[in-house]
Amino acid sequence: MSFFDRLRGDRRSAQAAKERLQLVLIHDRADFPPGKLEALRDDLIATLSRHIEIDTGRVNITLTQDRHQQRLVADIPLAPPRARRRESH
Amino acid sequence: MTAIAATITSGKGGVGKTTATANLGVALATAGYRVVCIDGDIGLRNLDVVMGLENRIVYDLVDVVEGRCKLRQALIKDKRLADLYLIPAAQTRDKTAVSPADMVRLVKDLRGDFDWVLIDSPAGIERGFRNAIAPADLILIVTNPEVSAVRDADRIIGLVEAEEKNPPKLIVNRVKPEMVKRGDMLSTGDILDVLAIDLIGIVPEDESVTVATNQGTPAVLDPKSRAGKAFRDIARRMNGEEVPFESLEAKDGFFGRLSRIVRPGGA
Repeated sequence: MSFFDRLRGDRRSAQAAKERLQLVLIHDRADFPPGKLEALRDDLIATLSRHIEIDTGRVNITLTQDRHQQRLVADIPLAPPRARRRESH
Repeated sequence: MTAIAATITSGKGGVGKTTATANLGVALATAGYRVVCIDGDIGLRNLDVVMGLENRIVYDLVDVVEGRCKLRQALIKDKRLADLYLIPAAQTRDKTAVSPADMVRLVKDLRGDFDWVLIDSPAGIERGFRNAIAPADLILIVTNPEVSAVRDADRIIGLVEAEEKNPPKLIVNRVKPEMVKRGDMLSTGDILDVLAIDLIGIVPEDESVTVATNQGTPAVLDPKSRAGKAFRDIARRMNGEEVPFESLEAKDGFFGRLSRIVRPGGA
């Protein structure tokens, strides 16, 4: 990568290729396409919201892989306490 | 002697399976091994033209399987090398003409007379691929440094694992060192990171392969061909020799990474 590329913060195409491959292979290996992950996300939000107030805009669900273990990782922030308190009154 | 059956496969088409099969066949035969190459691509036969033997075909794989000729009659002797043979694919049939059990039986019948049986798999993951890997002791997966080819290689690795075969080994074909150096082509290190598989060869993009294929004389026979040298190295690794990987993409840390990832070849 040249000095000017660094200056512009360019990412070379091989790096993009590697990152896209890693992501697509995680989904291929789990036989779980990204679209289904979106559907799961919506269902999960609906279910959880019946029990607890969550910050739906910031829910993050991803498939990850380390070695041979694939993992569904969900980061589910709760709604700010003040907002929750106000709704419960 | 009892032959080792090695299948060359890829998932994606056009990555160089047939070229690799022809070159490895010639490299092994040149090194003194008795070799038979089987074209597993029934309906789209091509190993014959890459080896330059298309004018000698009388019988084919399907004729043997269906009992229209003896196995011996379908073995085409190479023009140049005494210990190299080809069993061509049928051109006017399809992959369902042969079953995985047929392939296992055929290879069993060949094992006594050869050191290596090389099987050129068709692209895809259907019947032809199943046929090609059924008798394999060693599976070589060919890929190019491209997202699509690497993705398909990963699928093949999964299918091979499900068959409880020996772990496959990877050939990275058509590497352009200049593009790798400037960061516009996946490096072999990148591909190994993603696929988590043992490497058995890195073959550079080389115009001499096109010339060789035009003439029906595999590049391995050209002492000046860089790709030919890479295939000779792979043949040596297939026989358990430890051959260092050439510095095609000399880059900081490349060798350090490779030496950690790579173990000696062999079945």
